[in-house]
Amino acid sequence: MAAVQETVDKVKSIDVDAYKYGFVTDIESDKAEKGLNEDTVRFISAKKGEPEWLTEWRLDAYRRWLTMREPTWARVDYPKIDYQDLYYYSAPKSMSGPMSLDEVDPELLRTYEKLGIPLREREILAGVQGASTRVAVDAVFDSVSVATTFKAELAKAGVIFCPISEAVQSHPELVRKYMGTVVPVTDNYFATLNSAVYSDGSFVYIPPGVRCPMELSTYFRINEQNTGQFERTLIIADKGSYVSYLEGCTAPKRDENQLHAAVVELIALDDAEIKYSTVQNWYPGDSEGKGGIYNFVTKRGDCRGARSKISWTQVETGSAITWKYPSCILRGDESRGEFYSIAISNGRQQVDSGTKMLHLGRNTSSRIISKGISAGRSNNTYRGQVFAHRKATGARNFTNCDSLLIGNKCGAHTIPYIESRNANAIFEHEATTSKISDDQLFYCMQRGLSAEEATALIVNGFVRDVLQQLPMEFAVEAQKLISVSLEGSVG
Amino acid sequence: MLEIINLHAEIDGKKILNGLTLTVKDGEVAAIMGPNGSGKSTLSYVVAGRSDYKVTGGDVLLNGQSILELGAHERAAKGLFLAFQYPLEIPGVTTMTFLKASINAQRKQRGEPELSTPDFMKKVRAAAAKMGVKDEMLRRPLNVGFSGGEKKRLEILQMVLLEPSFAILDETDSGLDIDALRIVGDGVNSLRAKDRGFLVITHYQRLLDHIVPDTVHVQSQGRIVKSGGPELAHELEKNGYRDYVAAAA
Repeated sequence: MAAVQETVDKVKSIDVDAYKYGFVTDIESDKAEKGLNEDTVRFISAKKGEPEWLTEWRLDAYRRWLTMREPTWARVDYPKIDYQDLYYYSAPKSMSGPMSLDEVDPELLRTYEKLGIPLREREILAGVQGASTRVAVDAVFDSVSVATTFKAELAKAGVIFCPISEAVQSHPELVRKYMGTVVPVTDNYFATLNSAVYSDGSFVYIPPGVRCPMELSTYFRINEQNTGQFERTLIIADKGSYVSYLEGCTAPKRDENQLHAAVVELIALDDAEIKYSTVQNWYPGDSEGKGGIYNFVTKRGDCRGARSKISWTQVETGSAITWKYPSCILRGDESRGEFYSIAISNGRQQVDSGTKMLHLGRNTSSRIISKGISAGRSNNTYRGQVFAHRKATGARNFTNCDSLLIGNKCGAHTIPYIESRNANAIFEHEATTSKISDDQLFYCMQRGLSAEEATALIVNGFVRDVLQQLPMEFAVEAQKLISVSLEGSVG
Repeated sequence: MLEIINLHAEIDGKKILNGLTLTVKDGEVAAIMGPNGSGKSTLSYVVAGRSDYKVTGGDVLLNGQSILELGAHERAAKGLFLAFQYPLEIPGVTTMTFLKASINAQRKQRGEPELSTPDFMKKVRAAAAKMGVKDEMLRRPLNVGFSGGEKKRLEILQMVLLEPSFAILDETDSGLDIDALRIVGDGVNSLRAKDRGFLVITHYQRLLDHIVPDTVHVQSQGRIVKSGGPELAHELEKNGYRDYVAAAA
């Protein structure tokens, strides 16, 4: 009654995005001039001391990009982006290249500490006590990687884990052999833009037969105003190897929108397995839809070898707009692709996300579990494609898309594209849409849970299948994040 | 002790409770009987604090304190329990998780420390054994795929765990076979205590064979129209509600 109304009002008055990573780090930065032209591309390439072939590769991408148009098919709505009004390169001034941990600007170390990301070795991710697993972290701040931990120990196992700008110098043959082979330079508007101006990101190579001895992780932070972040990640799992990789991201609260257009390429050779997990917590904008990150990301994995496996797990709670379809090309015979996703939208967030499973090889299999949760005035779309090539005999897919609505001003949409050119392929698709009912809420409240606690409990139940796929450290983090993201959604 | 004083309530502009007055003392088991549509379930919802019902007059006191301004979860923490006629399903949340969340949410509100996992497990196992609830059921999502009898048994299990100072049972006997009825009755009887009251809402005498009430009340058109001892239930079983419905009109 009255008291319930009061609770609801109080909850409403909490900033929709009780976003705790919204602080700004005060640090001097070295920027490229605003705007984009061939000189900007050359500037970035020169900053990185790149070889000629890479500069040309970038310039090709830039010229191609000029001829392309921004895609409009996604179910998202945003004002036109002025690409000349952005900075394409920004690096903390104190950074003159990769360095050892002791040399990193203490201001940066403090920033990551505040974010709960350990840059000192032997520390573990915040939030889990007593966890014995160690995580190697590559920290990317605006356009550059500021630190990579545990490099020496990984090197003992033959694992290469370093900023991609460093890999270009130290392992040019690997970068040249694989970069752009999964997401071609010409792939799409944002990927092409990324190819032209990408500044840093992570590079991982796992040698044949090696099981990576620890979780690898990259943590992305956008700090500068009006700066786009264009990072590029390349992970190669050679024959019979295994790696689990985690990605996290945050950004300060700013009134302007910030652009994030990343490219992630995964390559799994024969019998290799890559598990890629993302907890995306970019600033989502305020409750009126002001500010927030435009997250236009191209992520794709290539199961190039026989019996290889790539698994994407994502928890998406941030960004004003999400445009993202982590996909698998199932090229190798008997290869397997998986996509587990939790996408939460609140306030005025817009999400258009899903996956593509392209079955090319024989007896390939894939599994898609997508859980979309919409609250506030947000819109949440699952868009997915499952395709079987005529040679993909024995291809199998199982898709399950569930949507949960909280309140009556949000939207959930499911748009599956299913195409089979092989009569032998078996594709299954299940989809449900449900709403947290007043009856469920009242039932939980009668047992002592507040409306907020009840909602969080019901939502956690809804996403349980996916949370179980996350590495333990991130699952705890993700669970907390889900509760925070839904603050203010009851009423 | 629960005191309902001249309570008026409506939903969507429709008046359901029309000046209902009833007191259930500590240690007392009161039964409410009445025809369909007399507002019995509404009474339980209004007392428990369901927010879509609007109270337009009167008061409800739990242990001497008005609870109408409190949210449903706050009333629960004050010791009020409602066993639902139709317990809700919560997919993906195991029964065990739900029980722990409830207990600790109430403890938190009362400023008590959370129950440790071993203490909690001990408590649940003991209560589950008493209610004939198998471990396997505790690991399943709450009420999902449970039979009617299993759901009701679980309601009583929750009551046993939460140790309320006042419990309302809304048609807990519906959907129960004879064995389940006995288990539920035993569960309730084991909680009967000097400092705990019960309000049992039912259509039939048969539940009252297991949970013998101290007082029986007839509700019709949103009011208590007749009160008496256990013998009143037998009389109703024989003659029906006809006389009382006519009297209330």
